Amino acid sequence: MVGFNLTKEQLLQQQLFRDFAEKEIKPIASQMDEEEKFSMELLDKLKRYGMMGIPYDKKYGGAGSDVLTYALCIEELSKIDGSTGVTVSVHTSLCCACINDFANEEQKEKYLRPLVDGRKVGCFGLTEPGAGTDASGQQSFARLVDDHYILNGQKVFTTNSGFADVFVIFALTDRSKGTRGISAFIIERDTPGLVVSKDIPRMGIRAASNAEVSLVDVKVPKANLIGSEGMGFKIAMTALAGGRIGIGAQAVGIAQGAINEAVKYVKERKQFGRRISQFQNTQFKLAELQTKVDAARIMVWRAAVAKDNHENYAPLAAMCKYFASEVANDVTRVCVQLLGGYGYSREYPLERMHRDAKITEIYEGTSEAMKMIISGAMKIN
Amino acid sequence: MKIVVCAKQVPDTTEVRLDPKTNTLIREGVPSIINPDDKAGIEAALQLKETVPGCMVTVVCMGPPQADVALREALAMGCDDAILITDRAFGGSDTWATSSIIASALKKMDFDLIITGRQAIDGDTAQVGPQIAEHLGIPQVSYAEKIELEDDKLVVWRQFEDRCHIVEVAMPCLVTALAELAEPRFMSVGGIVDAYNTKEVKIWSYEDVKDTLDAANMGLKGSPTKVIKSFTKEAKGAGTLLKDLTDDEAVAAIMTKLQEKHII
Repeated sequence: MVGFNLTKEQLLQQQLFRDFAEKEIKPIASQMDEEEKFSMELLDKLKRYGMMGIPYDKKYGGAGSDVLTYALCIEELSKIDGSTGVTVSVHTSLCCACINDFANEEQKEKYLRPLVDGRKVGCFGLTEPGAGTDASGQQSFARLVDDHYILNGQKVFTTNSGFADVFVIFALTDRSKGTRGISAFIIERDTPGLVVSKDIPRMGIRAASNAEVSLVDVKVPKANLIGSEGMGFKIAMTALAGGRIGIGAQAVGIAQGAINEAVKYVKERKQFGRRISQFQNTQFKLAELQTKVDAARIMVWRAAVAKDNHENYAPLAAMCKYFASEVANDVTRVCVQLLGGYGYSREYPLERMHRDAKITEIYEGTSEAMKMIISGAMKIN
Repeated sequence: MKIVVCAKQVPDTTEVRLDPKTNTLIREGVPSIINPDDKAGIEAALQLKETVPGCMVTVVCMGPPQADVALREALAMGCDDAILITDRAFGGSDTWATSSIIASALKKMDFDLIITGRQAIDGDTAQVGPQIAEHLGIPQVSYAEKIELEDDKLVVWRQFEDRCHIVEVAMPCLVTALAELAEPRFMSVGGIVDAYNTKEVKIWSYEDVKDTLDAANMGLKGSPTKVIKSFTKEAKGAGTLLKDLTDDEAVAAIMTKLQEKHII
């Protein structure tokens, strides 16, 4: 053990993310939520300052940083706005990861480079109406015809699909082989037959784009198959394992953002002739919440460092995601309560944070799915 | 074209609190930042770099070793080189000694343009930039709110009370920047990676500048400024707000107040 301190470089990165979130996201976060629309100007700025390719190699145009720095970024963005956090997270640790970890050099040059150097945005289509936690229930099918695959099927809850340029889509290439019959494809947005619906109305992270993607006779060059036929399930599960570090960081960010807002409020609000920060109930509540958030953050960092060190990070990522997402829900609920009626009011960001927290227990693997992974790693069954 | 920007690391005065018992600044835990006017100067230099092929921007900072992070930030914004001028012998320097030391370093460098901030938020003297120009014997334009490059000369919009002077100046020259000169960009993630891994902050001590610096002009002993007393201003009470007056009523009200207080 060498300690829990960030390096000088990581501290400066953290300062960048914090300043960026305060200056560029805070003024528009509430409006984006109300309008249920992600700001394309904000997306351009995220690209410009290198936040869409943080842990990827400079040789492909990435920032050349690490997974821990990426987690710091997602936390700082999510402190102000969970929607921005997930937009960067899905692009980075789901879409880009599939290509970075499994694609060939030609595919990386063609697709990874513009995704990580800030020209394009990616999304990841695994979930289907009938295939959620049980991702093996894929129905989308890819039929090989000469040098092309013809894809048909339906994806749902596809984050970033409203504006993504590059889609990583999973489909069966052999129905008889179960999960070993799933393959992964890179599809460009303007490919005929790929149709993105309107965004699905949701409880939280309402500014993030999240829609259905229909595939009707979508013709995809054979050269856009990632890895080989049948590797899709492994590719998806690997990306999701890493993605959970991002969602853990998002949950920590939402929770810390809620505490920060609550602390500011209780120092000003007076009731019974005193600032409510002077009541021991307030102090103890906030002490409990901050302790939980610190614990969750350390778990996220542990998983991120394990991934940076090429260790077996998947169970650690599942633990951090499970723990941090439950903490985020507890913390935002109590913070709304600390603000009372104002916490419930849409004039303050607490109710948005509370709504945004819920999804962290669901997407990229539910809390229940995380417990399957954790108990599996414990070799209990 | 070679541009040198002089930047200072300062405590973020918006975060400084006063110790109510001693009336002194509580510096502990106060974040350090690049002085805002200087940061605008860095941005202006980087904007010139983007339009002038081959333009190089070097940032120079005099300060303690901890000022390294300010230079890394400048590198992460896009500056090419960074030099930290640091030596225990420089401690306690006033504006005269500081400008003497920075000028001695600049004498060892190539430059067409030097940009400094107008003034630092911790001292507010606005002296170091102009003094550097005097030490170097080059023209200076202070209070720049806009600069443009025209062939081999610079056109500077100099803020002047109720107006603006448009000044042409031959290079090499020195310009002091207002915060309004340019809205600083953020660092980039890749820029920070480079700032710590492929770029370097060069350290210059007295040894590196001793042939261009008179030792009598540095540190506390080389500082003619003597601080007789420093004190915290008494907090003023809330002012009186007169609302919904016509222009004539407002003038009359102000005149009455000034007469009451025997100011006029």
